[in-house]
Amino acid sequence: MPMLRWVAVWRRNLRVWRKLALPSVVGNFGEPLLYLLALGYGFGAFVAEVQDMPYLMFLASGIVCASAMNAATLEGLYSAYVRMAVQQTWEGILATPLSVRDVVLGEMAWTGTKAVINSAPILIVAAALGAVHDVSALWVLPVMLLLGLCFGAMALVVTALASSFDFFMYYSTLVITPMFLLSGVFFPLSVLPAWVQGLAQGFPLTHAVAVARPLMSGQPLEAPWGHLAVIAAYGGVAVIWAVWLLRRRLLR
Amino acid sequence: MSGARGLPLPPSAAAEAVVRAAGLTKVYGGIAAVNGVDFTVERGECVGLLGPNGAGKTTLLRLILGNTYPDAGALEVLGLPVPARAGEMRARLGVVPQFDNLDPDFSVAENLRTYGSYFGLGRAALAARVPALLDFAALTERAEAKISALSGGMKRRLTLARALINDPELLVLDEPTTGLDPQARHLLWRRLRELTVAGKTLLLTTHYMEEAERLCDRVMVMDRGTILASGSPADLIRAHIEPQVVEVFGAGADAWLAARGAGQVERSERVGESVLCYVREERPLLDALAAEAGLRFTHRRANLEDVFLKLTGRELRTAS
Ligand SMILES: Nc1ncnc2c1ncn2[C@@H]1O[C@H](COP(=O)(O)OP(=O)(O)OP(=O)(O)O)[C@@H](O)[C@H]1O
Ligand SMILES: [Mg+2]
Repeated sequence: MPMLRWVAVWRRNLRVWRKLALPSVVGNFGEPLLYLLALGYGFGAFVAEVQDMPYLMFLASGIVCASAMNAATLEGLYSAYVRMAVQQTWEGILATPLSVRDVVLGEMAWTGTKAVINSAPILIVAAALGAVHDVSALWVLPVMLLLGLCFGAMALVVTALASSFDFFMYYSTLVITPMFLLSGVFFPLSVLPAWVQGLAQGFPLTHAVAVARPLMSGQPLEAPWGHLAVIAAYGGVAVIWAVWLLRRRLLR
Repeated sequence: MSGARGLPLPPSAAAEAVVRAAGLTKVYGGIAAVNGVDFTVERGECVGLLGPNGAGKTTLLRLILGNTYPDAGALEVLGLPVPARAGEMRARLGVVPQFDNLDPDFSVAENLRTYGSYFGLGRAALAARVPALLDFAALTERAEAKISALSGGMKRRLTLARALINDPELLVLDEPTTGLDPQARHLLWRRLRELTVAGKTLLLTTHYMEEAERLCDRVMVMDRGTILASGSPADLIRAHIEPQVVEVFGAGADAWLAARGAGQVERSERVGESVLCYVREERPLLDALAAEAGLRFTHRRANLEDVFLKLTGRELRTAS
């Protein structure tokens, strides 16, 4: 099955993760719980309702998306860079029938998986705090998979260009942090100046929040396919670019 | 890359060529690391690639793996064009890289299993092969050890075992014994011998002439991207070097060579503190040297190292 060779790369990463799964899952629950409790109840005391829903519910749907983005980004930057440049794991893999494309697809699939692994606990915590409307909120998980694939592929482009870990600071500061703050995670985009709102429409995270929020709050879901298409387009372009860049870098 | 398809390969004389290269070239920054090499490796052969640092050995091996695109020339490995069908070819190839790249996230046995999964080997196939390979690498007791807990020799043996996980027809080994102590080297030599006896084709690089003489049916001497000579160690010695070497040491060696020695030897080379004198008949020279006061000297038969020194030059090149 040459088309599915990349699965071996995904499975390798899954096996490594499983060795440390328990502490990392505890961390996955702990941090978002703190965010939800501190910000949700803290701000929630001032702003009872946002967009006709409790602030805690508004925030929870945003945090789910932001943590999926962060998990996929960290995996695609630092962990992937270690495998590429420090451990030479990819060099080893490229001496087998696998190609650079297989490595990229396997790594990207793993970033998507990490996004789901990290965002699912928040969904559970949110449900326990009453910040989820009904069981259809589970549809958020496939959306987080798509979002993770998208940000994972984007991170792999950056990794392919990086000459050291320091390079990642530019991407975090110039790309990830603005998205984290301006995609409607913490407050509605409508309070921002019009030009910032326009800019935010170019962020994949904005479109993920636009789909996840109705799914978790039970409000009507309008035109989700458009939003999902934007995320898929970013991911699609990024993965092709990452394969091209990494071929150039690894097969010099 | 387009050039790689343009140049036709000559029809191979032997039907069983495992590697066939014609005009193979790889250029880095205007300098040809591999410069139009032509060679074949026959099935079942053990071929040694010798050359000073920077000669282009690793680059040539990476071309064979299909891990870098040639700038010109044509290459066929295991009957498949490379790099066009390199993935398919690598399913039947084993690789020991110059620098270990074992997976530090896994134990010894997990390294073998994970590597096997890249070849699409399932649980059952791995359950049969992994214990046998651990045994081959003398690492059965260390199966659950972390990679960081292994010695250099153990890592090298594990890397060799890993390269055999797919039962390859051709093994490519880049300096398999560099950095190993004599015991570890001997164990690895024994394993490589077993593999050639089992009918595997081996292509290895080394800086140890003794290793090449001992293991290889044929050696290729490479320098500055080109293959300077190719043949069995004995043939190369016969073709390039007078059979006897008298090494003259010490302060008086130069003066002796200038005054009287040059007339008594066929050829001489200065290597560091000593003068290497190449002769067909050693007796007259040894008698003459015995009559000189204060000169130390030894006699030995010419070996592959002498061929290597003659072909690649003696001075350390700072450029490479
Ligand atoms: N990826 C690369 N980018 C630029 N130059 C390279 C690259 N790989 C090799 N070279 C150059 O090509 C030449 C041959 O290098 P190569 O590693 O093939 O030598 P080698 O014979 O394996 O040497 P050694 O015995 O030290 O391992 C060197 O001059 C090296 O600097
Ligand atoms: Mg080398």
